[in-house]
Amino acid sequence: MAEITFLEGLRQGLREEMERDDRVFILGEDVGAYGGAFKVTEGFQKQFGEARVIDTPISEAAIVGAAAGAAHLGMRPVAEMQFIDFISCAYDMLTNYVATARYRAGLPTPIVVRGPCGGYVRGGPFHSQNPEAAFLHTPGLKIVYPSTVRDAKGLIKAAIRDDDPVLYLEHKWLYRRIKEQIPEGEEILTPIGSARLAREGRDLSVITYGATVWKSLEAAETLEREGVSVEVLDLRTLLPLDDEAILRTVKKTNKVLIVHEDTRTGGLAGEITARINEQAFEWLDGPIMRVTAHDVPLPYAPTLEDFVLPQTDDIVTAARWLASY
Amino acid sequence: MPGSPSLTTSPPIPAGLSRDQLLEIYRFLRLTRTLEERLTALYKQSKVIGGLFRSLGQEGESVASAYALERGRNRDFLSPLIRNLGSLLVMGGRPVQILRQYMAKDQSPTRGRELNVHFGDLEMGFLGQISHLGDMVPVMAGITLTFKMRREPRVGLVYIGDGATSTGTFHEGLNFAAVQRCPLVVIGEYNGYAYSTTPDRQFAVKNLADKAKGYGIPAVTVDGNDVLAVYEATKYAVDRARMGKGVHFVEVKTFRRKGHAEHDDQHYVPKEELERWAADDPIDRYRRRLIDSGWAEEPDLADIDGDVREEIDQATDACVAEPLPPPESALPGVYAHPAAAERLWFRSLDG
Repeated sequence: MAEITFLEGLRQGLREEMERDDRVFILGEDVGAYGGAFKVTEGFQKQFGEARVIDTPISEAAIVGAAAGAAHLGMRPVAEMQFIDFISCAYDMLTNYVATARYRAGLPTPIVVRGPCGGYVRGGPFHSQNPEAAFLHTPGLKIVYPSTVRDAKGLIKAAIRDDDPVLYLEHKWLYRRIKEQIPEGEEILTPIGSARLAREGRDLSVITYGATVWKSLEAAETLEREGVSVEVLDLRTLLPLDDEAILRTVKKTNKVLIVHEDTRTGGLAGEITARINEQAFEWLDGPIMRVTAHDVPLPYAPTLEDFVLPQTDDIVTAARWLASY
Repeated sequence: MPGSPSLTTSPPIPAGLSRDQLLEIYRFLRLTRTLEERLTALYKQSKVIGGLFRSLGQEGESVASAYALERGRNRDFLSPLIRNLGSLLVMGGRPVQILRQYMAKDQSPTRGRELNVHFGDLEMGFLGQISHLGDMVPVMAGITLTFKMRREPRVGLVYIGDGATSTGTFHEGLNFAAVQRCPLVVIGEYNGYAYSTTPDRQFAVKNLADKAKGYGIPAVTVDGNDVLAVYEATKYAVDRARMGKGVHFVEVKTFRRKGHAEHDDQHYVPKEELERWAADDPIDRYRRRLIDSGWAEEPDLADIDGDVREEIDQATDACVAEPLPPPESALPGVYAHPAAAERLWFRSLDG
């Protein structure tokens, strides 16, 4: 059993789906000859040919639009955004065209739009974004955001097989930092819409996703030594949210800290808070609190980025405060 | 040749068309206009729920360009705009579908979810637009890229209005399709007004064809009110695209003789301009040409006019009294899975 990186898990998932189903093809900027800015599709063009691994112009709207057209005719396109920050250039195409297609006109549009997201990498304001909140508000899209190698592989495969359009957000801080033993030959499919209990605990629940899953787990270790037992729920799918798993952990620990790397205002934490409020108000022993990025564009300098983004220490401090509430 | 003077004196029918095809084109032209006139009447009776968008004066280029495609199940493919009702009818869209769409009927192709010509039929080969102009160009690039990937000898056709050539998606899509050498024909409709804005406020080139040339796409400009000229130019482009020669652009110069929609009184359009274009009506002109060339006689065309009126009467009678969709039908179908959106809690409270 080989130990592989998060990026290799994603790559394996993509390759397996392309080998399994010749309707699957990849399009994006520099995905072919170069193998992608982060080498996710390295070797793919050689293996699958230029027709199935297409280097496109720098045209995110055209990439997504063309993927949608192909999907209408039964293809299974996977569109890469070189950095997910550039998905905003395809916002119209995704929210107005793709997301509404099935509802308004019965058009099947099974596309995957994937790309590297997230900070902690000194990428500055345009190579570090987390765009999920901008799309959470769009009925018709699904959003997945893996944090483990297994789910990197399992969710890309599930996303490609899903009959609806899926945004697959991959945190570049995890690409080569996270490793896991993945059995060769095992078919890994992570169900879309299902959260994962990353750590069991009794005193407090941290609900999170992406890179902050790892920071929350680190924080939980620290708090464990202080006698505070923290449960960590890794959402994995942000749209649709796994309400059952959220309510289960709320009813177990009765205290909730929501952690996300995205900025606070209008972020996912607000939506989760509202759902808990509506469905489990009487189970709460304290206010639902948030640890998020500050509401500023993400700055470049390490001192600034570290200040703006939520750190493990922030989670420890906030959880400690909430545990003693 | 005694007995058949019209045959001996008729000029040959151009563009490889037969007499039956000429009459079929005439029928589609008449069907488009009669259907729109019926919709205007229904609009005035408040039976059309939303806006009504007329293609008066543009029926010729819509019908003739679509007619250059191969039609039938899983053949060629097009994406009509709001003023391309004619092209939709050519591809097999039925008047009753249009009437139901405008009246938001439960039995409409989109079950009351979308308006007017915003619907499609993947098998018959048409895909309705969304309101964000330009977006259908990348989508049609993807449709035709798929034809190419599957090595199917099929061609796609997409319309773009003069105003919409200012959008980013138009340029991205056109360039993408050109680079990929997609079998796509683009019909650029120069109709004088984008809502109220004239072309000189949209772009600094004279012709839309000038824009296409910047992407390495062969482009031609034709008289959009000359039905056979549009057919011939489009047919040439379609044949070339089918041969693997990539994207082709056909600019049709025409004129929008009604407002953006029925509510718009067109006060911004000079009266003389309207009169001049009304005198060059594409259907009248085509009709005259058929008769003057001896390809058809007055009674043939009058018969078609009558048949079309009958067809529209029947289609209207068939659907005008149909119900709107039941409210709860708003929830299903956002996703393949889950099957329906959640009904919200306050709708289950006791009054």
